Amino acid sequence: MPRSKKPKLAFWKFASCDGCQLTLLDCEDELLAVANEIEIANFAEASSTVLRGPYDISIVEGSITTPQEEERIHRIRRSSKFLMTIGACASGGGIQSLRNFKDVREFVSIVYATPAYIETLNKSTPMKDHIPVDFELQGCPPNKYQLLEVISAYLYGRKPITPPYSLCLDCKRKDIVCVMVANGIPCMGPITHAGCGALCPSYRRGCYSCFGPKEAPNTGSLSAWFSSLGSPNQDIIRSFRSYYGWTEAFRKESEVLEKS
Amino acid sequence: MCKIAGFATDLSGLRRKMRDIRVASGSFWANRMKTLSIKVDYLTRVEGEGALHVKIKEGAVEDVQLKIFEPPRLFEAFMRGRRAFEAPDITARICGICPIAYQMSAVQAVEDALGLKIDGPTRDLRRLIYCGEWIESHALSVYMLHAPDFLGYPGALEMAGKYPDAVNRGLQLKKTGNEIVALLGGREIHPINVRVGGFYKTPTKRDLAKIGERLKWAREAALETVRWVSGFEFPDCERDYEFVALSHPSEYPLNEGRLVSNKGLDIEVSHFDGHFTEEHVKHSTALHSMLIQRGAYFVGPLARYNLNYDKLSPLAREAAEAAGMKPPCLNPFRSIIARALEILHSCDEAARLIEEFEMPEKPATDVRVREGVGYACTEAPRGILYHRYRIDNEGTLLDARIVPPTSQNQKTIEEDLRQFIPKYSNLSKEKLTAFCEHAIRNYDPCISCSTHAIRIWDSR
Repeated sequence: MPRSKKPKLAFWKFASCDGCQLTLLDCEDELLAVANEIEIANFAEASSTVLRGPYDISIVEGSITTPQEEERIHRIRRSSKFLMTIGACASGGGIQSLRNFKDVREFVSIVYATPAYIETLNKSTPMKDHIPVDFELQGCPPNKYQLLEVISAYLYGRKPITPPYSLCLDCKRKDIVCVMVANGIPCMGPITHAGCGALCPSYRRGCYSCFGPKEAPNTGSLSAWFSSLGSPNQDIIRSFRSYYGWTEAFRKESEVLEKS
Repeated sequence: MCKIAGFATDLSGLRRKMRDIRVASGSFWANRMKTLSIKVDYLTRVEGEGALHVKIKEGAVEDVQLKIFEPPRLFEAFMRGRRAFEAPDITARICGICPIAYQMSAVQAVEDALGLKIDGPTRDLRRLIYCGEWIESHALSVYMLHAPDFLGYPGALEMAGKYPDAVNRGLQLKKTGNEIVALLGGREIHPINVRVGGFYKTPTKRDLAKIGERLKWAREAALETVRWVSGFEFPDCERDYEFVALSHPSEYPLNEGRLVSNKGLDIEVSHFDGHFTEEHVKHSTALHSMLIQRGAYFVGPLARYNLNYDKLSPLAREAAEAAGMKPPCLNPFRSIIARALEILHSCDEAARLIEEFEMPEKPATDVRVREGVGYACTEAPRGILYHRYRIDNEGTLLDARIVPPTSQNQKTIEEDLRQFIPKYSNLSKEKLTAFCEHAIRNYDPCISCSTHAIRIWDSR
């Protein structure tokens, strides 16, 4: 036990599917042990207990899509010593950031009979566009063991081990035959942040980048690969405009492709 | 602090008398002039973001608003222009707890548009993965979201101190469901193995046998769950509901069936649009779904249970009788028992499917793209989930309609509160608020889903 007083942990939800809160609840074997090491101050999905801040560690899921959310994240940042984002929405804007490429007013009026009742921002943006973030855990959903790793690392005062290299390294480690080279299936693995354990290739499916860009992704080279495999331009754009479509590297590539 | 024992006793006795008088006069006045507002700004132990506002004036309920403020992510709008085969992956992100429900409704709706009917072992595998999700989602709901209300705890983690066996049993049941989903789907949340036409890869009999072993324990745990929850105290609240669920000639409904109700509805899924409509109310970002002819209706485990009791596994029916749950059950607080019975039934059904499993020839049938409109309705853990897609001849989505279960229960939840609160208006504000929250949790709301009950019209 590295600490004498249990750190206060709070889980916050913004525009999201709640899959990230559930990721912690999915650690069925470890959940009670984790709950023993921390004081849960706010975890709406699991508990009605709400303790006031300040919080030692705040975990934020979901993206910013409304003015109220913009306000709320600032308040949370001010009352948190360590703030981490979890998942594609909070770290990258999420699948709902696809609205950013279109006119959100058009979307809202198509979707709701009385658009005046709906208050929403033009864009769905990640937390780092609004506040300084201490750590980002990628994934849609994140890997539950990585979440435990981050919480443990925090409790023991060390840096979390969540390597940003590409899926390819995990495929090689697991002896998975490359779906792109062997089967001509377009796969985002070469430019995607590891963490899922090369899940889709292990199911003979091309990666669709639910963990977002790896560090220094060579997006142009991969687009060229997809093209040479016969992928139409629109499909290549869709590959980049997805769960992490609003991140800089993927967004820029999709815009370049759109112009060509 | 008085050192004379006798005097100290008198003082505390006096204090107690004063407190009793204060409480008695409080409730006396409270009964006479009960005018108050109940405000819960952020509902907990539900999935997603919602609030509750209730106005009570002189003992009568003036207004009830289940305020959903879950921010709209506008799925149906941004799905336009995506490929139809992306539908299961994208719609899964509508909900972290019930992604399989979305994937099943999505693939079947696309297949319907393409004139494709999936049968045989692939159909069985889809039923199996759905059983996994029911087990996982219902275990989460029963043990972590709903039971704490019956036992007076803020949550399961706090409950674990006094009820360690129960909480562990719940977590392990949830884990069993998750294992099924992870084996067939690749991972528990947003599975990757479901596709239009079937799967990318099918499991082996050996992989399934391991789960079969686990299900032996799970079945016992599910039985214990039914016994545990049927011993809870249930408020005496009943109403005349219109229950709506799928119905199938030989199966307890999961993926297929006709849409039926206890008040005469009996339609094909493709006729959904002609019988149901949505209303956009100011206090909810989720549209309120209604039957065109009769208004509010009730979907979910209790509805399924009441309409399909005879299709439950024999063990589940036995447990139901022992729990005093002969249909029809009109008390929504007892939906926790219906959920527990469905966990048991799913364990039985999953075990049977694994026992009878034959590897399909191919993991997926070949899919040929063509234009069309496709409809599907499946039973998500929380109730019917309807998808409709229009696809062009290149396989691109032109428009989408998704109606999730919780949007369909909103009006019923509000009406429940309107009708039940007057019976309990003698409770303190704190207890009445807890009662209201409990009544909402009867429906195991999945609010992130409900914000996607949206119709989108193609302007072309």
